[in-house]
Amino acid sequence: MADLTDLYQQIIIEHNRSPRNFKKLSAPNRRALGDNPLCGDKITLEVQLDGEVISDIGFQGSGCAISQASASLMTSAVQGKTKQEAEALFRRVHEMLTSATTVPVEPSSVGKLAALAGVRQFPMRVKCASLSWHTLHAALQAAATPITTE
Amino acid sequence: MAARRGVTSTHRAPAPAARASLDVARLRADFPILQTSVRGKPLTYLDNAATSQKPRAVIERLARYYAEENANIHRGVYYLSERATAAYEGVRAQARAFINARETREVVFVRGTTEGINLVASSWGRHNLQPGDEVLLSAMEHHSNIVPWQLICEERGATLRVIPMNRRGELLLDEYARLLGDRTKIVAVAHVSNSLGTINPIPDIVRLARARGIPVLVDGAQAAPHMTIDVQDLGCDFYTVSGHKMFGPTGIGLLYGRAERLDAMPPYQGGGDMIKSVTFARTTYADLPAKFEAGTPHIAGGIGLGAAIDYLTRLDRDLVAAHEQDLLEYATARLAEIPGVQLIGTAAHKASVVSFVVEGVHPHDVGTVLDQEGVAIRTGHHCTQPVMDFFGVPATARASFAFYNTRADVDALVSAVRKVRTVFA
Repeated sequence: MADLTDLYQQIIIEHNRSPRNFKKLSAPNRRALGDNPLCGDKITLEVQLDGEVISDIGFQGSGCAISQASASLMTSAVQGKTKQEAEALFRRVHEMLTSATTVPVEPSSVGKLAALAGVRQFPMRVKCASLSWHTLHAALQAAATPITTE
Repeated sequence: MAARRGVTSTHRAPAPAARASLDVARLRADFPILQTSVRGKPLTYLDNAATSQKPRAVIERLARYYAEENANIHRGVYYLSERATAAYEGVRAQARAFINARETREVVFVRGTTEGINLVASSWGRHNLQPGDEVLLSAMEHHSNIVPWQLICEERGATLRVIPMNRRGELLLDEYARLLGDRTKIVAVAHVSNSLGTINPIPDIVRLARARGIPVLVDGAQAAPHMTIDVQDLGCDFYTVSGHKMFGPTGIGLLYGRAERLDAMPPYQGGGDMIKSVTFARTTYADLPAKFEAGTPHIAGGIGLGAAIDYLTRLDRDLVAAHEQDLLEYATARLAEIPGVQLIGTAAHKASVVSFVVEGVHPHDVGTVLDQEGVAIRTGHHCTQPVMDFFGVPATARASFAFYNTRADVDALVSAVRKVRTVFA
């Protein structure tokens, strides 16, 4: 049976309480809005892209612990990465969030983001965890319209 | 804090030893799902405002219809069709009595409250709204009593106006009286707010509107499970309910309309069953209520709704009301004791709906923790985003009680909310 501590791991609780990169950038050149209308989770993601490198990234918004911690973990993970590296990480996290619970998570492939793996056992909450990642994807693709994971 | 108003120590007293009280244990036995467990815990179902559970009488009626009576209605000349037609139309007569409409033809079967409102907004609105006209709603409407009006207002060049409320979630009737004007063409309000629990003073609202000849539509989705509905007493022009919120099947509901209003309205949808005669040049429409019932309806749903109405009318509604009021007061008092819990919606007159937020914890996280304890509540904006904006919260957690809930259910809720505090400590 799914256990609450699988979902609300200490790292999630901690990132929700003190989110990293919760900030507005002074001169972002990519921005995307992410919105889960049914939940009310909302984030604004700003990226400063220097060439191919994410030289700074920040998010603002409100939502549940999972969405906020996921945005905090995501922004920490892609800081300083190239667009391609970030997109590759997006795909690995997406795979982790949507794979069967029996598929083991290889920590080396996603690092700290493995903390999000517990979300798989709570299908109603997967979209909370994936919101910031879809928003990042939209920002990097310079998608102009608000995106949603619902 | 305003949100705690109405909570006094008297609410801690045990339920009064009334001369007669609702036999909740016996009623619970009528609901198979209440005997089940979720996640290894007995189900504590507190999401009745979203949908209610179904008594065995309704479940078995649906099965019996499909097993023994299934046929299309209003058209066959054979035995089964006759029997299905009689059963379905019999429910219309039952429904008339249930809401105390004058005539059976004033009862239109719809999919639910949403369709009932859409029918009126679309048919009445297209026929009656002109550029510059106003549609008056309240600040606590469900999206289903906002969006259909927005759509028709946009089409007709009319404007939405909103009756404001106070911080307890009570409509400001003085403001309402001021908003009613020569341009107001219809008033549409909820009888009971789904997210706040407020019972609105419909007779007062109707009296002021009717003095100016303005029709009133009442969204009764949250009222029907809790109180006796008398549309003549309320005086409204339209009243609509959802079967699934009053212990019946999903996909079926009722729209009441005064005969003279419905008669003057064009059809909502075209199709079979709603016509007298059709040629390519011209179609004449059927009389009420068939004019508004195009196509094969949800026959089983209608018949199941009949079983739900039977079930409800056999209950002592006064005892139900007293029991639900006790649950409301008990839950309000117990939740207010928990540090960091703030109640949203503290009107003086409320149905058994308790919305709350837990400081520092998003309602969805509250919902997930409660779910692990077998407690099912709704979290989110409850399709009332303007209400959330008004109270400055993104969402709330909402426990909504039916007559089959008990103080033990409230205790399970309270202990699960306390657990939320420890998970996020």
